[in-house]
Amino acid sequence: MPSAASPLIEVSALTKRFGAVSAVCGINFKVNSGEIFGLVGPDGAGKTTTSRMLAGVMRPDAGSIVIDGVNVLEQPELAKRHVSYMPQRFGLYEDLTVDENIRFYADLFEVDSKVWQQRADSMLAAAEMMPFRKRLAGQLSGGMKQKLGLICSLVHTPRVLLLDEPTTGVDPLSRREFWQILYTLRSEGVAMVLSTAYLDEAERCDRLALMNAGKMMFCDTPAALKARMPGAMLEILGDYPRRLRDAVSPMPGVLSVLLVGTGLHVHVDAPQRARKIQAMLVEQGIAIHSLQTVTPSVEDLFIALLEQDLGKAPAP
Amino acid sequence: MSEATANSIQAPQIMVEDLVKRFGDFIAVNRVSFSVHRGEIMGFLGPNGAGKSTLLRVLCGLLHPNAGRAMVAGIDVAQDPEAVRRRIGYMSQKFSLYNDMSVVENLRFFGGVYGVSRRDMQDRLRFAVDMAGLSGREDSLVGTLAGGWKQRLALGAAILHKPAILFLDEPTSGVDPSSRRRFWELIHSLGEEGVSVLVSTHYMDEAEYCNRIALINHGKLIALGTPQELKQHTLDGQLLELSGARISDALATLSRSTGMHNVAMFGSTLHALVDDAALRIPGLQAQLCAEGYAEITIRRIEPSLEDSFVQWVGGNK
Amino acid sequence: MKWRRVRAITVKEALQIVRDPRSLMIALLIPVLQMFLLGYGISLDVKHLPLCIYDRDNTTQSHDLLHHFSASPYFDVQAELHNYADIGRNLDAGACRLAIVIPTGFSKGLADNAGGTVQALVDATDTNTASLAANYARVVIAGYSAQVQLDAIQSRGGQMQTVTPVDVRARVWFNEDLISRNFIIPGVVAMVMAIVGSQLSSLTIAREWERGTMELLISTPVQPMELMVGKLLPYFVVGMLDACICLALAVFWFEVPFRGTLIALFVTTGLFLLVVLCIGYYVSVAIRSQVGASQVALLLTMLPTTLLSGFSFPIDQMPPLVQGVTYLVSGRYYVTLLKALFLKGAPWSELAVPILCLSVYAAVMVVLAARAFRKTLD
Repeated sequence: MPSAASPLIEVSALTKRFGAVSAVCGINFKVNSGEIFGLVGPDGAGKTTTSRMLAGVMRPDAGSIVIDGVNVLEQPELAKRHVSYMPQRFGLYEDLTVDENIRFYADLFEVDSKVWQQRADSMLAAAEMMPFRKRLAGQLSGGMKQKLGLICSLVHTPRVLLLDEPTTGVDPLSRREFWQILYTLRSEGVAMVLSTAYLDEAERCDRLALMNAGKMMFCDTPAALKARMPGAMLEILGDYPRRLRDAVSPMPGVLSVLLVGTGLHVHVDAPQRARKIQAMLVEQGIAIHSLQTVTPSVEDLFIALLEQDLGKAPAP
Repeated sequence: MSEATANSIQAPQIMVEDLVKRFGDFIAVNRVSFSVHRGEIMGFLGPNGAGKSTLLRVLCGLLHPNAGRAMVAGIDVAQDPEAVRRRIGYMSQKFSLYNDMSVVENLRFFGGVYGVSRRDMQDRLRFAVDMAGLSGREDSLVGTLAGGWKQRLALGAAILHKPAILFLDEPTSGVDPSSRRRFWELIHSLGEEGVSVLVSTHYMDEAEYCNRIALINHGKLIALGTPQELKQHTLDGQLLELSGARISDALATLSRSTGMHNVAMFGSTLHALVDDAALRIPGLQAQLCAEGYAEITIRRIEPSLEDSFVQWVGGNK
Repeated sequence: MKWRRVRAITVKEALQIVRDPRSLMIALLIPVLQMFLLGYGISLDVKHLPLCIYDRDNTTQSHDLLHHFSASPYFDVQAELHNYADIGRNLDAGACRLAIVIPTGFSKGLADNAGGTVQALVDATDTNTASLAANYARVVIAGYSAQVQLDAIQSRGGQMQTVTPVDVRARVWFNEDLISRNFIIPGVVAMVMAIVGSQLSSLTIAREWERGTMELLISTPVQPMELMVGKLLPYFVVGMLDACICLALAVFWFEVPFRGTLIALFVTTGLFLLVVLCIGYYVSVAIRSQVGASQVALLLTMLPTTLLSGFSFPIDQMPPLVQGVTYLVSGRYYVTLLKALFLKGAPWSELAVPILCLSVYAAVMVVLAARAFRKTLD
């Protein structure tokens, strides 16, 4: 019985190169049972490549991956029995029905007939897909395809689940339902590695790794990530954002200013600066609708970390 | 300034009334109405398959509407799509640049296609190259550029002919966050110059960059307003965040508490909807203490656009 | 190898074939179409060749010779011309494919026992037809020549018993007009099998790549051999079905005589099918786009089978180097076997060598194809 002390997934010094480009540069992380680990970063950060190496469909150039005690590089086929992989394109057969798809994957993993039928029944019922069992997978909506993809990957009760950008382009309601399923799996002890380009999805993970250009910039809980951000984030709403920006940027204590549609997001070095800035704006006769402290978004944190990484160099 | 001139400045650049587009039995755009003014940045927010791309294509004159009206730059899209295309710039999702041609060759090509005169071409080329930050790299093959550069270059190509209206279809997919911010700065400066920009995206947080947002789902426009308006008015209640070590255990207890709706896990925290935060928080805290969950903290948080989207969609069900 | 997984893949593949109109069309429609098109369309026989005559002698003998031509079913006399310019014009215009010119002094030459010369002008744009036409003409003339000799000897009171060699050849050339079709139809069957087999199997792996399902497939415990067997099994069944259709058409519709045993027929067809399926599979693994894979597969199977198997051009007429190449063409063995089974009703001893070669070929292809597939993305 694995305790939280012995991780289900252990990755060390993982590296992958494509010609001259380093897609993944020596990353390390561990994932315990009953944990959702997020690989968060923009496209090209190396998330998909990492997921593929974990799934055993791509060989790393260096480093090691151990899943549930099995060294993936030495015994990939053995490792695959305990791992379920849901790639970005799902892997659904559009010209097969929902039932036929599930059965196919159950057979590939040699799941006992009664067991998989029971699991399929309960999962389809939970996903509210019972009336669609005989429908061709190609005729399902985006959200339902995603759920079917997940069901297919869960039919053999894996201990490790790898999800590569599973919620891209899916409507928020389905995304929410999807995450509820993930939380249920979490309570059953499944270790999950989920990669996403939605920076705000990072907050839903137990722990996360912010990735950029193949490197891991940060690896900890979301709370720790936010604690990293010094100072405070202000939101100033007004009619002429650019004028506002020109006025606010040179003010003391202002670290960075971001234009948004209806105003500014200002990163200041201390929350007390808010009052000062408000006063200075009144002095300069610039009218604003509101000024308040807001929680920084994960994107704000990502950019801040990136700049820290580059030694406060300006963005390219 | 004459009345007529003043009016034309006030009149919307894009005006859509009850627009419908069908593909056989499938209704991709279902009676959508909105307008975009000069210098305004309007965002279409919705998941894949919601009808955003179809709507954009109708406005570009690429698809013929089945019903309703769409006026772009004062021209009826159904009547004279060619004239519409002369006045708009379009940036598609995959940027549509030729990877095996250089930066300047691409720009010349698009300039030629958009009918930029020879006289203006030199200036416009310079402008686009500077805007993209590619001075000194004009002869690099586009295929060798990283995502952010391509994105800015594609934007430059789309505005060579100084269109009054710009359509951007998922312009920031595949681009790193720093480049994304830089890109939006460019869009805002275009807005300042009076260009109307229409952006379609499925990234909820990207909508914050827009002046106004239209939420689109299943071909219908379900909400329209500034990001703040949407966040404030769609949620009937206030959002609470509860966090602590054993928060998932407390889930059952909390779901039964009075006044708590939509209790759901969110990472290692719990989000719940209450009618009035100030009113409810003390009572909840007390209840949790009584049940032995004293370490759990509760605070009020701002809803995200995704929260409001879910609310709106839920309301429409 | 786990049979449960093989069965899962076979069932999936079969369902996909049945539900995909394009592959159904390839599987059922094209073989029938090809059989009819090619069975009726290709004819290596030559008949009713338009012929022009220029008789400069105008004697009884020249008329006699010309009568031999007009009586032959292989020539249709179109015109009697009176100068070379007209002949040139007619040949250019295609009004005639062959022109026979009988020079002045023809009969005199015969009477003087100096022999007669006849000029034949042939339109050689189509070399096949041209050589046949020239040969037919030679035969007609040889027949006339034999007749002249016979008459001469008989007029001198002698007995003529010799059978001229021309006569024997005449039997082959002038015989039943279905012979070429009997050669052609078995070859068409081979060609159809090559097309169908390679087309169906070449799409299978490429399709998984294009649709994005391959990535998930290789993350499962499925083994490359299981994948190959599972995928090729339904195509093998479809291929054999097509073979039955084609062979039935050959025997019952085109009335090609079948003189061999059914067992031998199915064994050889099965082996050949296995070869083309493996070639298609191999191509599908190597080329990850469906369109590309199907084209390359076609090139590797249909083209050699059509050109180098002995189907359209006899192998022993080819340059030695090319003859050597034909040993590498599986179609060669299959066509040989088909002809042997259909027309000759050859016994097993004669079939043994080609069957052995085909078996070796099949075994090699199976191993190559199985090893080609790697469970990795790069």
